[in-house]
Amino acid sequence: MRISYPTSIKIIKVPCTGRVDIIHILKAFEAGADGVYLVGCLEGDCHYLNGNIRAGKRVKYIKKLLEETGIGSDRVSMYNVSSAEGMKFAEIAREFTEKIKALGPNPLKLIRV
Amino acid sequence: MSTQGNLERVLRSGGFVVTAECGPPRGVAPDMIRKKGEMLKGYVDAVNVTDNQTAVVRMSSLASSVILKDMGIDPVMQMVCRDRNRIAIQSDVLGAAALGIKNILCLSGDHQRFGDHKGAKNVFDIDSVQLIQCIKGMRDDGRFLSGEEVKPGPSIFIGCVENPCIEPLEIRAMRLAKKTSAGAQFCQTQCVFNLGSFERWMEMVRQLHLHEKVSIIAGVTPLRSVGMANYMKKNVPGMDVPDELIDRLKGVPKEKTSEEGIRICVETIERLMGIEGVRGIHIMAIGWEDVVPEIVKSAGLYPRP
Amino acid sequence: MIVADRKPFDEIIKMLAPYSNILVLGCNECVTVCAVGGAKEVAILASQIRMRRMTDGVKTKVDEKTLERQCDTEYLEELKDVIGSYDAVLSLACGCGVQFLGERYIDTPVLPGVNTTFMGVTEKQGFWTERCQGCGNCVLDRTMGICPVTRCAKSIFNGPCGGSWGGKCEIDKDLPCAWHLIIERYKERGRMDAFMEIIPPKDWSTARDGGPRKRHREDMEI
Repeated sequence: MRISYPTSIKIIKVPCTGRVDIIHILKAFEAGADGVYLVGCLEGDCHYLNGNIRAGKRVKYIKKLLEETGIGSDRVSMYNVSSAEGMKFAEIAREFTEKIKALGPNPLKLIRV
Repeated sequence: MSTQGNLERVLRSGGFVVTAECGPPRGVAPDMIRKKGEMLKGYVDAVNVTDNQTAVVRMSSLASSVILKDMGIDPVMQMVCRDRNRIAIQSDVLGAAALGIKNILCLSGDHQRFGDHKGAKNVFDIDSVQLIQCIKGMRDDGRFLSGEEVKPGPSIFIGCVENPCIEPLEIRAMRLAKKTSAGAQFCQTQCVFNLGSFERWMEMVRQLHLHEKVSIIAGVTPLRSVGMANYMKKNVPGMDVPDELIDRLKGVPKEKTSEEGIRICVETIERLMGIEGVRGIHIMAIGWEDVVPEIVKSAGLYPRP
Repeated sequence: MIVADRKPFDEIIKMLAPYSNILVLGCNECVTVCAVGGAKEVAILASQIRMRRMTDGVKTKVDEKTLERQCDTEYLEELKDVIGSYDAVLSLACGCGVQFLGERYIDTPVLPGVNTTFMGVTEKQGFWTERCQGCGNCVLDRTMGICPVTRCAKSIFNGPCGGSWGGKCEIDKDLPCAWHLIIERYKERGRMDAFMEIIPPKDWSTARDGGPRKRHREDMEI
């Protein structure tokens, strides 16, 4: 559709958001990511039946882990869109970027050990 | 020392007994118990002393029972299985008997989760049925649970508790049978609000001929307010408070609620007195002991024999 | 299997405060099954510790390893060449593993990363419940396969107590009353006569009450 979205977003494609495990997200933050979000299919539309549901539950759990670690639960989110909703995809990208900008950089980047 | 307390004497003479309850203080204040004792003396045949009820620490039921006994009241010392192992229990039975306590009521005890020391160790070395058997063995066989001799053995009138209004009723009746065969001689029930359930339970009890072996003393509680009735209905495990009773309390002006509560209690007692196999009533006026004399008199049960 | 819960993160960080060269060590058995101390959880916790230490400004090395078990010496041996390079080991094994590891490697502090709770079963994914207290004298034949010691909050042998309400335990309305379950079984199998038998007081000397236990099989010794 050639709709633009912020260049600060690095996209990692997976066959299903259910493939994303907790450690993948934690490693992203450890490497310095300011925010991570998952974009999965609409509920009920998962090709693998409930991979997106599992991903949603994992994101909820990761929020708790990030909060206790001191990174902050707001830096991770889960969204559900259909692959036909190009506009929505771009909108999410903009919205999430704004949210993270408001939160500031990953706290790990602020300290040099 | 006479082997029979007043409670046993009245029951054996065929009389209809009246007992009430007293909760010990949360401090060292023997006068608080004496005050409650004074209110109840002469209006009841025996007074139960609770044992760290709802797992909240209070003066021990043994000490409190002795204070009442010294006032000329026949105490029913309640003993729960939650806090003591068989060594401490048997030791306390000997202590109680040595100090002239004649009646012990055996209960499991509320779980410590309800109390003020939730982190306490959960003992429950023996259960209430085994406790009844234990005291009977000490008394009749002169033996501790270990089999060793008790010299001399205690003379105790053994009581148990049952809940006659909670389904399945036949299990409640069977459990009473179990406690009776273990050695229970009297049974004080949880408070009865639902007379229909109680009458059905008593029918089962009579079919098992339990009323001939154990003296059933039905529990009653005067409802002081609508709030209290609702609380008991929703928050106290095993309590069956029919909506009709709550509606009755709601139907009177607020300043008359406690009067209506007393009236309901007296009516309940009158109905209980007419049920075959009921040998007495146990008035649990929690925090409202001063209302007991009025209830006893209104039910026509004063003076006591 | 043995079930455990991960200790609160702040408690773990506090325990690790004196150390900067840490090994997070998992176990492939029970704690893997209850998703608290297996290789996955080791990786997650190690990542969290690294990130927290970074934000706290403390230079830290956090390594990860998982042994098959920490309660058998043959697996503990795998660490002998590497353990000396760590200030401390954060073990995610049950209390048995934490202790045994510490007994084998006395010079290295071994810290517990989990709170070991109970012996239980996986009722469904993500939900584990207690079933056995290790009382040393199993009565499951008498109580139709339902343990009164473990599943009754008061370990009653002649239940139910007066707090059993609607088939649920007085302490938790989601907890079934064990005696309600036992009686239902007695009824289903026509064994209400067994309910009427008074079960005598338990001999707790075979349980932990009798002191720390052991078992010796001379025929198995090499």
